[in-house]
Order: sequence, then structure tokens, then C-alpha cells
Amino acid sequence: MAKKQLRIALRNCGVIDPERIEEYIERDGYQALGKVLTELSPEATIEIIKKSGLRGRGGGGFSTGLKWEITRKVQADQKYVVCNADEGDPGAFMDRSVLEGDPHSVLEAMAINGYCTGASKGLVYIRAEYPLAIERLKIAMKQAREWGFLGEDILGTGFSFDVEIRYGAGAFVCGEETALIHSMEGLRGEPTVKPPFPSESGYLGKPTNVNNVETYANIPVIINKGWEWFAGIGTEKSKGTKVFALAGKINNVGLIEVPMGTTLREVIYDIGGGLQDGAAFKAVQTGGPSGGCLMEKHLDVPIDYDNLIAAGSMMGSGGMIVMDDSNCMVSIAKFYLDFTVEESCGKCSPCRIGNKRLNELLDKITKGNGTMEDLDKLRNLSTVIKETSLCGLGQSSPNPVLSTLENFYDEYYEHVTAKKCRSNVCKSLMMYIIDAEKCIGCTLCARNCPVNAITGERKQAHYIDPEKCIKCGACMEKCKFSAIFIN
Amino acid sequence: MIKLTIDGKQVEVEKDITILKAAKTVGIDIPTLCYFELRDMNIENRPGGCRICVVEIKGRRNLAPACSTKVENGIEVNTHNIRVLNARRTVLELILSDHPAECLTCAKNGNCELQSMAQQLGVRELPYQGEQSTYRKDTSPAIIRDIDKCIMCRRCEMMCNEVQTVGALSAINRGFMAVVAPAFEMNLEKSSCTYCGQCVSVCPTGALTEVDHSRNVINALADPAKTVVVQTAPAVRAALGEEFGLEPGTLVTGKMVAALRRLGFDYVFDTDFAADLTIMEEGSELLDRLSRYLKGDKSVKLPILTSCCPGWVNFFEHNFPEMRDIPSTAKSPQQMFGPIAKEYFGKKLGIDRKNMIVVSIMPCLAKKYECQRDEFKVNGDPDVNFSLSTRELAHLIKASNIDFNSLPEEEFDNPLGESTGASVIFGTTGGVIEAACRTAYELYTGKKLEKVDFMELRGFENIRHATIDFDGLPINIGIAHGLGNARKLLEDIKDGKSEFHAIEIMACPGGCIGGGGQPYHFGDSEILKKRAAAVYQEDAGKTIRKSHENPFIIQLYKEFLGKPLGEKSHHLLHTKYFDKSASVFVEE
Amino acid sequence: MTRIKSLPELTRLRDDLRVKRSAKSDKSSPESIIQVKVAMATCGIASGARPVMEYMTEELEKRNIPALVTQTGCMCYCYAEPTVEVTVPGKKPVVFGFVTMKKADEIIERYIRKGELVEGIIPADYDTIDSK
Repeated sequence: MAKKQLRIALRNCGVIDPERIEEYIERDGYQALGKVLTELSPEATIEIIKKSGLRGRGGGGFSTGLKWEITRKVQADQKYVVCNADEGDPGAFMDRSVLEGDPHSVLEAMAINGYCTGASKGLVYIRAEYPLAIERLKIAMKQAREWGFLGEDILGTGFSFDVEIRYGAGAFVCGEETALIHSMEGLRGEPTVKPPFPSESGYLGKPTNVNNVETYANIPVIINKGWEWFAGIGTEKSKGTKVFALAGKINNVGLIEVPMGTTLREVIYDIGGGLQDGAAFKAVQTGGPSGGCLMEKHLDVPIDYDNLIAAGSMMGSGGMIVMDDSNCMVSIAKFYLDFTVEESCGKCSPCRIGNKRLNELLDKITKGNGTMEDLDKLRNLSTVIKETSLCGLGQSSPNPVLSTLENFYDEYYEHVTAKKCRSNVCKSLMMYIIDAEKCIGCTLCARNCPVNAITGERKQAHYIDPEKCIKCGACMEKCKFSAIFIN
Repeated sequence: MIKLTIDGKQVEVEKDITILKAAKTVGIDIPTLCYFELRDMNIENRPGGCRICVVEIKGRRNLAPACSTKVENGIEVNTHNIRVLNARRTVLELILSDHPAECLTCAKNGNCELQSMAQQLGVRELPYQGEQSTYRKDTSPAIIRDIDKCIMCRRCEMMCNEVQTVGALSAINRGFMAVVAPAFEMNLEKSSCTYCGQCVSVCPTGALTEVDHSRNVINALADPAKTVVVQTAPAVRAALGEEFGLEPGTLVTGKMVAALRRLGFDYVFDTDFAADLTIMEEGSELLDRLSRYLKGDKSVKLPILTSCCPGWVNFFEHNFPEMRDIPSTAKSPQQMFGPIAKEYFGKKLGIDRKNMIVVSIMPCLAKKYECQRDEFKVNGDPDVNFSLSTRELAHLIKASNIDFNSLPEEEFDNPLGESTGASVIFGTTGGVIEAACRTAYELYTGKKLEKVDFMELRGFENIRHATIDFDGLPINIGIAHGLGNARKLLEDIKDGKSEFHAIEIMACPGGCIGGGGQPYHFGDSEILKKRAAAVYQEDAGKTIRKSHENPFIIQLYKEFLGKPLGEKSHHLLHTKYFDKSASVFVEE
Repeated sequence: MTRIKSLPELTRLRDDLRVKRSAKSDKSSPESIIQVKVAMATCGIASGARPVMEYMTEELEKRNIPALVTQTGCMCYCYAEPTVEVTVPGKKPVVFGFVTMKKADEIIERYIRKGELVEGIIPADYDTIDSK
């Protein structure tokens, strides 16, 4: 029976010892590089990548082959290829896993990329918070040089290529390629208006091809198994597989790699093992801070770049967080906005100020002070930020708000009109109440209240002063008669 | 050529131009905020940051910034449909929501581009309000940073880094707290800032303004025990009129003198007089170095660099301290005027220097710092007490109920008000060296200079060079305006590649007419050109056009100074420079 | 260490390595040996994979079971870290989840030594590039 998962990018992860190049070679390692250098022209190789239909796995989804071709066509005395290992989506860690588990596949692909684009230098931009990945990458680079897969005259073909590491400090926006390049140049990590694209003017003003780790990890397989094989997997416009980091209220938390076109339902139930404690599915967040929250009706959408955008979310780098009834969707939107506000570089006004205001509006709503007018403001502001921001960060940062507004409007409405949070997440909207019928006046709750909000005579029903209550929940926990409930 | 439509109009423009410029060709004026350009001077700022200039391009998902999006064949651009207008207004409302509403007391009230934009887009309320980003206010000797008002247009940063290569300002912090400031938010005074004031001259809001000394001047004028003397720099008269609605390039020398008298100054003198004096000293120094060099003296440093620009002096003290023996030791005209006023003129009238207040009206902010330098003080009393910018003078005149435009034309007082055409052109790039050539030529050759206009030294190109024939001796002259251009010439000297004998350097683009204290030009380079033309016009109208022919200068040397580079001159009119390269540090 | 100078040389090396590998897994081969892989990515290490790997290396040696214990990257079963894959010659590789020292002992004694079924096996739920 065909399995739901297919591991291409992760083919060697958990299989080989990443610190032993022999194990990589045993599994066809550097065969693709050898084949390309010995038997194929750069143009022919680019053609293979183009025909394979591979699209950027970092989130953008731009055709990888086309990107290579553009970089190749620009005339320059020096070009660069860059591996974007600045994985920044909260909860996504597939790039780290590839680098920790199979670093040679990335080096091999970068060398192929160098050959195709005419670059002799490769740079890996990796966040310094990935020490093990850096260490294994360094070991792999040393081995590859010793074995003759990096450096001068690779495999006796006369082609020379080497790789250096550049460290990022973990700014989310540095995953955006122009910001990444500025960061590598020692400048402030902020994006610039495109065009010019890095393929024309990138690192140090030279043509630069930036690809993500997962994208690179696919390259050797496409060369070895042929573009037809790769293009045979996936949907019409999205080929191959995608790695997702499955998290949230799901049983089998972990990395999965599925062919494009797999449905969310298959991912969540067949692979992820369904929700924890058999809870009911409420939403799935894809694409990290740039993505959106999808609901029940989207479960049978085949996952690919275009379908996810059409559904109001996006592929992003592949974070997938499953939520159940205990998740308040307004709070979820606010969680992502907190992140974006923190990670905005501050260069353009809609992202710098707009996201801050969006976050303040969400804060107001979760605190029970929101009005219907605020919901309109949320929508207008989100649209403007999306349409006017300079880079992908701002252009996608309102997605969590827009998608929750669209799919979970009821919850917003309740927060605003009934001042109610159905998931009991928004503390300001919660009221701890003692059921006078059930309370026997044991005083346990009053004795445990840290702010003395509970009053009452012994053996008589107690009362919680909502003004004083800080909603810590200690009383409810202590009550032996289930007399305390949340309204 | 590229064909596109903008707001339904067919437009045909050259490739590589932006939608903003293409729209201008058909009379469509897309509003901009962070965008800034000084045409013909290679100065452009288009970070694409403010997003005010967004337009719709049919078929594209997002709106595009017109300032930094290039035209493409066949695109359909809409600059003012409902979607664009809503986005533009919302973006402006957001910017305003993080801006202190202090317009009434803001130094930029009436000159603020953000204020104008709010007016232009008809903002009447701020639907999005919340926390505002606040920072420490920082006052240096010349510039105040009130960066609560910074809107991250990055113009100052561009001026400071790209044009001036000073590197004192850059964006710091992330997200909502992102702002332009010196590194580590240190005080400007502790940074490598030269006080050139170009950041102030391009700041669209009140985030960067000059330190205002008008109050001190008013107090001095009101004190009966003080004799208050004023000197006015050459570039001021070519720009002051703009503050009173006059056409750029209108010379207002006479009205300015009349206004200063009405303000109550006891003596209205001219910095131009001191500029003639500068030529005497600096020109003599050039000839001295040159003739010793020609005699084979290997210790002579050439080229000689002008030293009348205080921003430039600060720049080389910070960046090229090892070369501080190359610039002329002559003080700037402002600082030559001070001791002559207090030690010569004051003593002649029997006024103790403690009772004399010297005020300068300058197109410059660095002058505020220069007059506070310790080496320009005698027992703590500064040679020049206060320096006001052209803008501050205009405010003072307005506040004193003086109807500037109806004033009569009046003459400067004597003796320190008499000047030559040579000194007037100090106000524009190339002027100092031209003035020096007029005098040096005659002193060197002993012949009369028939044609005093050295056209080859004029213009606005960033770096210019010319060879002047000193009766058979070719003198190579270099000119740079803008500190970035100066840096290039300095690097050449450092590398031993410079073939110049003399170099004039002005810190500000265009020279003093484009100074940091001048009326705001809002990026219109035509204004600078008109000011320069006015300066040359005043020169052409003067009977005496060579500094050494100024009768009061001749008298000054005869009565008081002796000879150029003499002992008294050395004491009063020359200075020394300091190594400030190590003075930039981060405070604990 | 050898510097590979051509594609055919690389291919020969690969084939040699493959022969050696299959010999390790081939029950009838004199080279046959128990192969143990411990997932040692950041996540695995954080869940305690390092002491498990040390324990298995030491214990297999102490108990005189010839075995090759190596590290790998992430096996992708985050919910079940630490994870260990055991290949007994002649059998398909098996992945165990939630491997503690106690579990490791059970795997050695029961699965490796006695060939008994042990709980905690994670079924291989994916296709590989070779199977597809």
C-alpha cells in the first residue's frame, strides 16, 4: 500500500551519520554533482531543474530553475550562491533537521547551483542559534574539501567552488533575501525594494542566487532520478514534496514530508494521528506568522502553494499547528501579531506602525474593550498593511488576522458584543463564579486566593469579587465540590 | 522608450525612470514623504519606506511605491483611485499616530512636510491611536535631536552617510522602536558629527533642528551695558529673502542691514570684511608654501586646503587627523571677525571686550559649534558670542514686527562693513579659491589681473579641477563641495596621488548657499543655483573685486596687524587643529 | 581519506560501500553485525539521546554483542524522542520511540538478544526515493 509520506528532502535524515561522508556517498552522495559536472552543461542542468517544477521551499514558491537561469544570464566577474538557513518561523525546524542530518546534500546542491549560475563562491547564512547544525556543516565542509567535492578542480573537471558560513543573529526578517544579503554584508538587516532582484544585484552588488535549505536538499535527487520522476509527484503547479513541522494539539508531533496535493485531513488524521485526547478539530495554522488559520471546510483542500493562498493562508516554510476548542482564535491572531511586531525591521511605516496598531486593537478586543468599529478597523488596517508594506514580512503579517476574521468571525463578534471568550483563554473576559447551590462554605477557596477576592462566612456560600479577582484559577483548582465555574 | 498609461493618460518615457517621474511628465503629482532628490547633485533618497507614494498597477496584488518602481511597457497605473487613496491616507494616519501632536510649539511649524501632507490629504482625525515611540532628547552645541518626531524617512541618514560620509547617523532598534540615531544612541556630541547640518536641512519634520540662540541675542540687545555687534555671512543675503516670500536668488543685502539696525544692533558689520582678511592670510600662506616648495623645500606641505568651513574642519579632525598640518592655519572669516571686532575695533572705541557682544548671522549650523571652541576664547570670553542661522534671523525679524519687504536699502557700518566682490563669493562653492586666486595672482606675479572672473572654477559638479596660469606657473586647483567628495580628494592626497597645489572644500553641497542654516530648499536644486547666481551678481556689481584692494583691510594692516602672517596675525587670525579621531566613544 | 578525482571513481567507491553495507545486514555474511542508530539531532539530544547512545554502546560491548552504534540526524518522530533504529541482520530495520535507559536495556535483552517483540515500535510510515 502506498504510504502517505514520501521522503525526498529528508531522505538521509535519521538514516546516515551526518558526520561521515562515506555514508552520504554510499547513498548516491555527490553522484549528482559528478553527473552534472561531467555530463551536463549548465544550461541543460537548469533545464532539468526548470522542468522538474521545483519551487522555492522557503515560502515564496518561485520557480527554482527560473531563478537559476536569471542569475546565470546576468554578466558579472563574480557571482554568489547563497543558502538561506535563517529559519525563523516559530515552530518550523525542517532546515535545521536537514543541516543536522544531511549537510552534504546541501553542499552538493550549492556546488551544482554554482556550476549552473557561474558562481565560484557559496555562502550559507545560518542563524547562530543552530550550533549543532553549524558544527555538522563545518565538519561536512571540511570533509567535502578533503574528498575533493569542494575547492579547486572538483572531480577532475576543472570546476572550482567553495562554501563559507555567515552567521545571522536570528532576525526573522533576515529570511527575506534582500535583508539576508544586507545582513551578510554587515549592514542593518532590512529589506530593500525589489527590483533589482538579488539575481541581478545581490551580495556586494554581484548577482546572487538565494535558495532555501529544503529547496537545495531536493536538487541532487532531481538530477539523479530525473525531472520526469520528480514532476510525476505532486499537483499540476506544485511538484514534489513538502516538509511540514506538525505541532499543536496533535498526537504525532514531528516532521513529515508529503507529496504536494496531500490533503490537510490526511496530514492531520492519517499521519498526525488525529487530535490529542480525541478533541474536536477547530483550526490549522499553516505558513507561520505569514500564514493563516484554516478551518474544517478546508480540510480536504489538496496542499499546494496556490491552493493554500486561495484558502487565505500560505505554504510558508512549512509550519503546521493544529488547534482545538481550547484555542481562542483572537488570541491566536494576537500571538502571531506579537511575533511580527517584535520582528518587523521598522523600515516601512505600514509594517512598523500598522502592525503595532493591529496588535493594540487585538489586545483591546481580548481585554473586552473592543467595539464593532474596531472589527472594521482591523479589516481595513490589515488590508492596507498587506497591500502597502515593503517586503514579504509586512505583506503577509496581517494574514493571521484576516484569516481568523474570515473563518472565525463569530469568536471576534462574541468578544466584542458579549464580552465572551468561548475558549476561556482571554482572562479579562473570564469571570470566576461560585455556585451558591454547590458551595458548602468550607473556606478552602478563600484561604487559597492570593488576592483575598473571596469572602463569605463559614458554612455559607462564598462570593468572588470580580473587581479583585486576577483569574489565576487557584480557587477552582482547590474546590472539592466543583462549585466554582467560569462564565 | 517605454509606453504606459497613468490615470488613463498615455505616457511615453525613457526606460529606467520611476513611475513618480513618469507621472510628473504628464502633470500628475504623486505625493511623497521619504523620497528626496537634489537634482544635478547626485543626491537621492528613495528607501521606499514611508509608502505614501503607493499607486495601483493593474494586475498586481499589492500597491507599488511610485518613487522606487520603474516603468514597464504596457502597465496601467492608477494614482488616485479609491483603493490607492484609502491606503495612502491610512498610511499617513499611521505615521501621524506615532508622531507627537506638538505642531503649535514645534520648531518646524509651518515648514513641516508631514504637516503639509496631513493638510494635503485632508486628515481630520486619527482613527488608529495607541502607544507612541519615545526617546531621549539630545542637544549638541549645534543640533537638537527630538527623535520622537522621526518618521524614519532616512533622509538624514542618506545625507550623513552617502553624501557626507560622516557616518554619525544610522537606523537603530527594530520594529516600532526603529529610529535614526547615532550608534548605540550615544549623544550626537560624542559621535563623529561635524555639525554640517545637512541632516537638519533635509529633515521633513522637527526631529532634527538647530539649537536656537535668538533668545540670548534678544537678551544681549536689551542689555544697555553691552555693545552688540553683528556680522553677516555672504550666503545669508542671497537666501534670507525666501523667508519673506521673495523669489529665490533675490539679493536682500540692504534690507537685511536695515532690519538688523531696527533689531537694535549697535554696529552692523559684514563677515565679508573678514573674508577679505582671510584671503590676505590664506592667500599669503599659499604663496609662502608655494614659493618655498618651488625653491626645493621638501618639508612644505602641498596642496594647501582652505579652512574657512567649520564642518570641514570638524571632518578632518575626526577622519584625517594625521593630515591636520595640510589645511591653512587661517581662521574662518567668522572667527577672524571676532578678535578684530573685540581687540581692534572695540579697543579703538574704548569698549572692554567683556562688554562687547559679537553676533554672527550664518547660513551654517557648524558655526554655532565653532564659536564655542575653547581656542577661540580669551579668558572664557568667546571672540564670537552667538551664531544665528539665516532661519533664526528671519524668525527674529518677524517676531520684532519688522515688515522686511518694505524696508529701505541701507549700508553696512564702517570700518568692518566694507568688503570686496572677492569676499562675497565665499558664499558658494569655488568662491573662496577664486577670491584667493585674484589676490595670489597679483601678489605673486606683481601684475594686474585683467580678468577677475575665473569661470573655470564655478559650477556645481561634485569635484572640479582647473589649472590657473600664474604668468607661466600653472597652479592646479581642486574644488569639492560635500564632505563625501572632500573625502575622495583627501584619500588621493593620502595616497600621494594628488597633483593639486590648492584645494577648496565646503562641507555643504553647493557651499554656504546650501548650508544647514539656510531657508529650507525642500530638495529644489534650482533654489541653490539661484542663490549662487545672486552671490556672483553681487560680486559683479562691486567696484573693488580683489581682497587686497579693500581700503579698510589695507588700513587694518597699517594700523594694527602689520603684515599678513606677521606676529599679530599669527596670534589673532590663525589657529591649530586637533586630533578628534579617538573622541568618539560610547558612554557607559 | 582519499581525494576523488572523477565520477567513475566516485561510483566505484559508492558501490564498494554498498557491498560492505549489505554484508553487515546479511545474516549469512561473516561481516554481519547488529546496527544501532540513535537520532542525535538537537531535538533528540535535548530529549536525552546522548546518554542513551552511550549506554547502548557500553552495554552492547559489556554484554558481548557485536554491534555498530552510530548517530544520525533527526528521524522526524519528535513526539517519541529519543528514537533508536535497530537493524538485526536478516531483519528489517525497526525504530523504537521513547527510548530511556530502561527501554534500551529491554531492546538489547529482548529484541536484539532474544528476537522477541518489544513495545514502542514506530511503524515506518513513509516511502523512500527508492521505493517510489
